[in-house]
Amino acid sequence: MAVIAEPVAAKPVSRFRFILDRREVLGAILVAPAILYVLLLVGAPFLLAVYYSVSAYTIYDPSWHFVGLSNFKQIVQNPVFIDTLENTFLFTFASQLLGLVLGKFGAFLLLRPFPGRKIVRALVILPWAVPIALASVAWEWMFDSLYSVINWTLIALGIIDRSQAPNWLGNPHLAMLCVIVVNAWRFFPFAIVVFLAGITSVPQDIIDAATVDGAGFWRRNYQIIMPMILPIVAIGLIFGIVFTFTDLSVVYLLTNGGPVNATTVLGFQGFQVGIVSGDVSHGAAISLFMLPVLFVLVIGMLRFIRRREI
Amino acid sequence: MKRLLATAIPEISFYGAVALFVVLTTFPFYWMLITSLKSNPDLYNVTNIPFWFNEAPTLEHYQYLFEQTLFARWLLNSLVIGLCVVAITLVAALPAGYSLARLTGRNGEALGIGIFLTYLVPPTLLFLPLSRIVANLGLQNSMWSLVLVYPTFTIPFCTWLLMGFFKAMPVEIEEAAIVDGCSLFGAFVRMVIPLSLPAILTVVIFTFTLTLQEFVYALTFISSSAQKPITLGVATDLVRGDIFFWGEIMAGALIASIPVAIAYNLFLDRFISGITGGAVK
Amino acid sequence: MAAVLTRDIIKKFGEVSAVDGITLTVPDGEFMVLLGPSGCGKTTFLRIICGLEQQTSGDLIIGGNVVNDIPPRARGVAMMFQSYGLYPHYTVRNNIAFPLKTTRVPRAEIEKRVAWAANLLGIDHLLDRRPRQLSGGERQRVALARALVREPTALLLDEPLSNLDAKLRASARQEIRQFQQRVGTTTIYVTHDQVEAMGMGDRIAVIDHGRVRQVGTPAEIYDDPADRFVATFVGTPPMNLLARDGTYLGFRPENFLPRDMINNGNGGVTEFSFRVDRSEYLGSERIVYGVVEGFDTQVITAKLPPAHVAEESIRPGEWHPFAVKNGAMRYFSRDGKRTSWH
Repeated sequence: MAVIAEPVAAKPVSRFRFILDRREVLGAILVAPAILYVLLLVGAPFLLAVYYSVSAYTIYDPSWHFVGLSNFKQIVQNPVFIDTLENTFLFTFASQLLGLVLGKFGAFLLLRPFPGRKIVRALVILPWAVPIALASVAWEWMFDSLYSVINWTLIALGIIDRSQAPNWLGNPHLAMLCVIVVNAWRFFPFAIVVFLAGITSVPQDIIDAATVDGAGFWRRNYQIIMPMILPIVAIGLIFGIVFTFTDLSVVYLLTNGGPVNATTVLGFQGFQVGIVSGDVSHGAAISLFMLPVLFVLVIGMLRFIRRREI
Repeated sequence: MKRLLATAIPEISFYGAVALFVVLTTFPFYWMLITSLKSNPDLYNVTNIPFWFNEAPTLEHYQYLFEQTLFARWLLNSLVIGLCVVAITLVAALPAGYSLARLTGRNGEALGIGIFLTYLVPPTLLFLPLSRIVANLGLQNSMWSLVLVYPTFTIPFCTWLLMGFFKAMPVEIEEAAIVDGCSLFGAFVRMVIPLSLPAILTVVIFTFTLTLQEFVYALTFISSSAQKPITLGVATDLVRGDIFFWGEIMAGALIASIPVAIAYNLFLDRFISGITGGAVK
Repeated sequence: MAAVLTRDIIKKFGEVSAVDGITLTVPDGEFMVLLGPSGCGKTTFLRIICGLEQQTSGDLIIGGNVVNDIPPRARGVAMMFQSYGLYPHYTVRNNIAFPLKTTRVPRAEIEKRVAWAANLLGIDHLLDRRPRQLSGGERQRVALARALVREPTALLLDEPLSNLDAKLRASARQEIRQFQQRVGTTTIYVTHDQVEAMGMGDRIAVIDHGRVRQVGTPAEIYDDPADRFVATFVGTPPMNLLARDGTYLGFRPENFLPRDMINNGNGGVTEFSFRVDRSEYLGSERIVYGVVEGFDTQVITAKLPPAHVAEESIRPGEWHPFAVKNGAMRYFSRDGKRTSWH
């Protein structure tokens, strides 16, 4: 090999000249605003909420006086709260289940091209796209005690007569049903989208191989496709559960928690107690009850995200 | 004949099912539309057929909405809030997404997931401390409180979206720019940003719709009518005492829903591939 | 234009050494090919020379200057990527001009140089198009023009032909080599394709598992392989190796012929009894597979010219006398290195 003359001690350009060229530094700088925002306006308030729940803070008497777990004890002893917990679980579980079933069904309908599919897809997305408060208001009108279009239809079809017309939002059980239905209605387009995304991501080769192996329609679906799209459906479901479990919009607008707390859910009660009544410490304690469930869901989601990355 | 039935029945039931779904999803919107166009006597008469007009349709609700309520003001509020939040979100999420995608390696993954998880922290937990913070800053009852608070959920989600997008971009173009003499930051500004305009547009639209859809913070922080954004205003303000102005409410709800509905339809595919991280080819 | 010298470059990713101590000298103006299988570290090594990766230890000297901590641009190197890395949102003209714009070269000078580069590569007529409107071959020329426009100290190419279809590859090979000879830039070319390496390089560095196995001219690599890896990596079909007591006997398929096709020449021949199992007629040559007596488990290939072979001498299932000229025999010791005699 040819020998090259020994290198002259070069110009001392030893460090990258500009900060903007150092990966780590630039990386940190670019990410800083986002992290700062999140830390200051999510992290800090979160810690604050925890502190409120163990203090005696109300807006009339903003004392930072530490009271340990007595707020929690008081809340749990309140029978309305137990109802609230039950309502929240029922509301979440039922509406997600209903939404999931409708979503899966809808996804299959939209899977193959047919004339007008684009329009149908656009229409089916609406309940999810439109702000939930506005849709809830429409449903509120549809459930109106006097002018409900649903009642009118039932009467016109002869199924019931005027005296039997159900007071949808005034009857505890019916009110819960209404709230569940509205939430499922709002969630199922999202479920359709998730299912469609999952199903179309299954490679055609696998489906073809299954067909050649003799698998019929149902077997292909349940033994091949469903297991393969489980991660993405799980993530969608977790999203849905998180937002439903903590939601207050539907309940606030449709029933205002009533009648007589029949539809009060955690988020709503936190709002009533903490904001409307000004009892910040108890309100915070109520809201914190969401945490265990959220925690479990987040762990679940992380596991599924890991799986998907592979 | 049997064969005709054999092929016809599945077809019919298919289209029947599709029709059912469409009715299920769109009826409330049809209801909004027709309520907003019905005159009050028509509306508040139990014996009238609700599905169509019994008296002549009227635009009086829309008129009332724009002339006698603060509807126009609410539209303006939402527009301003939306634009400001979009700006803040872009400034924070664009560099953050790039940094996490390219510049931070293993830690970047974890940090990205961490940021994304903050999207899941519920407003119904944070609204209590945030309402105190907002009050202390003197922003209570002002729409600027929303401009401050909304980025707390738009930034995490958009950072995640952009991170996924940047990861999918081929690195060679940035490397070629570096070899050609750009600094790392220069490569970001001159190459990556111009080439990711579609993603940026998606983020802008998505952020805007998120701000329009939000209800909890708006309800918590704002009580005076003039400061309300459109969703809050329509849902809560069109009431006098116990009387709901349904015609106006439906008209307002319809108008407020349309932009979001259109945006979602145009950008749905982009949203999906962003959310699934490009896993769907 | 400058010489490139690397001294014991090591690059670790965690515990794994992608580059395990490479010392290499590329004199000014030489076309050096880094040849090796996928994952051998050649691309990582190239990127270290370019400045896109930082070596864990070792020195890099370009044009007499130690450039270990200097960003790519300041090293004066230019790189051509596998997918060319053209800027999609710029015209061809702006693509080529970009490296000059980043160093504030005056406008007039830029135009002159762009014109020169475009003319050199024959792409004057494409200057106002965008990359997506170009064919693969045209894009390659634009990438080359962009690389050459600032007269780099060294030109680095990372498997630029792998995205082209086979037909285009031969002519693209020609073009690259021609331009390099015209302009005379020191060039380092990475590939896993030994045909490309043999056809283009002034010298070849064969790399495996992060180390250089041998550096030499194509003839040296082919005729005098330094070890078993080089011997079997270069050459299609690969060199035959007979294992015997831990040492190896090697001969290339084209040197393994029926006994009567070889005249004794000087040095004599080594004879084998060869049973043909299968033969492939490829038009320009015939590849024959079989086993040599005494080495039943190793498949031996022979590459025969198509026409002159008598059919009887290669009938499947029978044992035929084959031979190799002694001058073409290669011996390898237990650890793989080349030795002269057994």
